[in-house]
Amino acid sequence: MEKYRVLIIDDEEDFVETIVKRLRDRGLDAEGALSGPEGLQILENKDFDVIILDVKMPKMSGIETLREIKKKKPLVEVIMLTGHGSVESGIQGLQLGAFNYVMKPVPLDELLKQMNQAYERKLIEEERNH
Amino acid sequence: MSLKHYDRLALKMIIMTLSFSLIPLFALGTTIYIQFTTAYQSKVAESAKTLAQNRRASIELFFDERIAQLNTVAQTHPIEKLKDEAFLKKIFDTLLAKSKSFIDIGVIDSQGNHQAYVGPHYDKLKSVNYAQEEWFNAVLTTGIYISDVFMGFRKAPHFIIAVTTIDNNQIYILRATINSAIIDEMVRAGQVGKRGDAFIVNQENILQTQPRFSGQLLGKPTSPDFSSSVGSTVEFVNLKNEENIYATAQIKNPKWVLVIREDVQEEMAPLFKAQFVENLIMIFGILLVVIGTVVTTRTMTRRLEKMELEKAKSEDLMVQSSKMAALGKMAAGIAHEINNPLQIIGDQAGWMKDLLDSEDMKTNDNYQEFEQCIKKIERQVNRSREITHRLLRFGRRMETTQDMVDVNNLLSETITFLENEAHYRDITIQTQYDTGLPEITTDSNQLQQVFLNIIDNAIDAVGQSGKIFVKTAQPSNSSKEILVTVQDNGPGMPKEVLARIFDPFFTTKRADEGTGLGLSISYSIIEKLRGKITVSSEEGKGTTFIITLPVK
Repeated sequence: MEKYRVLIIDDEEDFVETIVKRLRDRGLDAEGALSGPEGLQILENKDFDVIILDVKMPKMSGIETLREIKKKKPLVEVIMLTGHGSVESGIQGLQLGAFNYVMKPVPLDELLKQMNQAYERKLIEEERNH
Repeated sequence: MSLKHYDRLALKMIIMTLSFSLIPLFALGTTIYIQFTTAYQSKVAESAKTLAQNRRASIELFFDERIAQLNTVAQTHPIEKLKDEAFLKKIFDTLLAKSKSFIDIGVIDSQGNHQAYVGPHYDKLKSVNYAQEEWFNAVLTTGIYISDVFMGFRKAPHFIIAVTTIDNNQIYILRATINSAIIDEMVRAGQVGKRGDAFIVNQENILQTQPRFSGQLLGKPTSPDFSSSVGSTVEFVNLKNEENIYATAQIKNPKWVLVIREDVQEEMAPLFKAQFVENLIMIFGILLVVIGTVVTTRTMTRRLEKMELEKAKSEDLMVQSSKMAALGKMAAGIAHEINNPLQIIGDQAGWMKDLLDSEDMKTNDNYQEFEQCIKKIERQVNRSREITHRLLRFGRRMETTQDMVDVNNLLSETITFLENEAHYRDITIQTQYDTGLPEITTDSNQLQQVFLNIIDNAIDAVGQSGKIFVKTAQPSNSSKEILVTVQDNGPGMPKEVLARIFDPFFTTKRADEGTGLGLSISYSIIEKLRGKITVSSEEGKGTTFIITLPVK
């Protein structure tokens, strides 16, 4: 698998920690952030290909974070992660330019499938822009 | 509100309405009754009085005429001539020619001896001396005298009239006997109707004429004593439970009183008839008012009761649906809270698996055991995930939403849910969708629940190898509604079942198979979505549900 850069933004520390380890284990350049602002901070210094973004977070919601991300890095692909019952926030994410949304709990294989597709689209988009 | 409460309300309304309508009716009826009765009574009394006065006038005229005749005879002939019985006979005949009422005539001197007599009792009367008679002294003082009625020798009622005349300073009396039958005749003309009576009494209340019912001539009348009545009077007298009108008229000379009696029952008959008719109209009116009031009040309270019942039903439904919405929210909340830890558990297990896959772990004695454990954890996480996702879907379904719904898609999706069961029972679900159907604004979750209920019922109804036909249609392009038909070729339902099919808790299924709420809820939902649901069924042929939905 091609080594692409992934940022996980979720307020669940246990989740972020483990998934980062597992993605790195699979050869990806993965990093984690425990809040929207922290994620945005990281984005200041480094480019990412795919971002996994939790919808429901304290302080700054996933949707708000998504808006900021798209302002700064319009080309990065975002997969919304939701534990929330209503699909509305996921759909709202799509309208704001997210690649897709998945519902927690999601097995890593499934998430990886989505991430790879997102990465592929990012490559296509980049090529088109060049 | 309880049924008793409505009965009480109805009773109150009936009493109020009846009071407001019957009291004026009674007041009016009574006023008319009293006014009319009084007016009629005074009219009857007045006419009786007038009759008495008329009769009196005739009688007085009769007396005046007779007195005038005797006066004329006395004043126009010298007493010497009148003493001549042949001459007196001639005059008597002349008087008789004018009036048959004279019986005899006589000339009496101041000593009371008959100087001349013409009449049928010549032998008896010619030699009689009247000096001691009361009337003789009376006529000498007053000049004119009319006696009371007496029977006399002929055993026929009669009376005498006597006048005085002076000749050569000598007083003579001209006396005539008069048959009182003629007075009787005149009085009898005052007897009105079948039960009316008329008679004359003297100052001692002795009957001077023969009454019809009120006693015997020269006896006391059975009527009250009117002998001292003055002028003309009229009064109502209740005697032995018989009400009578007595009109009296006093005769000047002799001092008799004419009494006319009329039977109130007879005289007032037209009034009683009018009163009877009025009472009849009153009773009919009251009956009409009562019936009208009762019917209107009943109808009103029934309607009120029905409205209240419907309100209570819809409130129940609202409470139920808000309960369900709360339950849905709670389920979704719990599911969400559990999803995060599930994600972490799953990831931790996954990470363990990743680590286990490294070379050095594979040689571990317990590698197999670890791998089994991790697989089991993953399986259980997946199982929990299924549960929480189902809970989330349930929660979503309980929320009332308004979406643009493609009914065809919704039906297809619903049928997919039921396909397994249909397939298992070898049931064919055939569809015919109108592709030109417009999207409608409605609550897709609730509508889906209705489709689910009805198609599920159809699956239960048709049984093994049955057929279900689902069809959508719009009556016309401009139509404001769309129709969804679900038809099955099951055994159908008898009329009794069909009539109760939408009732809550009505079910033909076994207790453990159905709650009897499915169609009732479906009905409520469709009503809430402002649609209609109808059902028709024929035993042995099948059942058809038609759902009409508004296009908004």
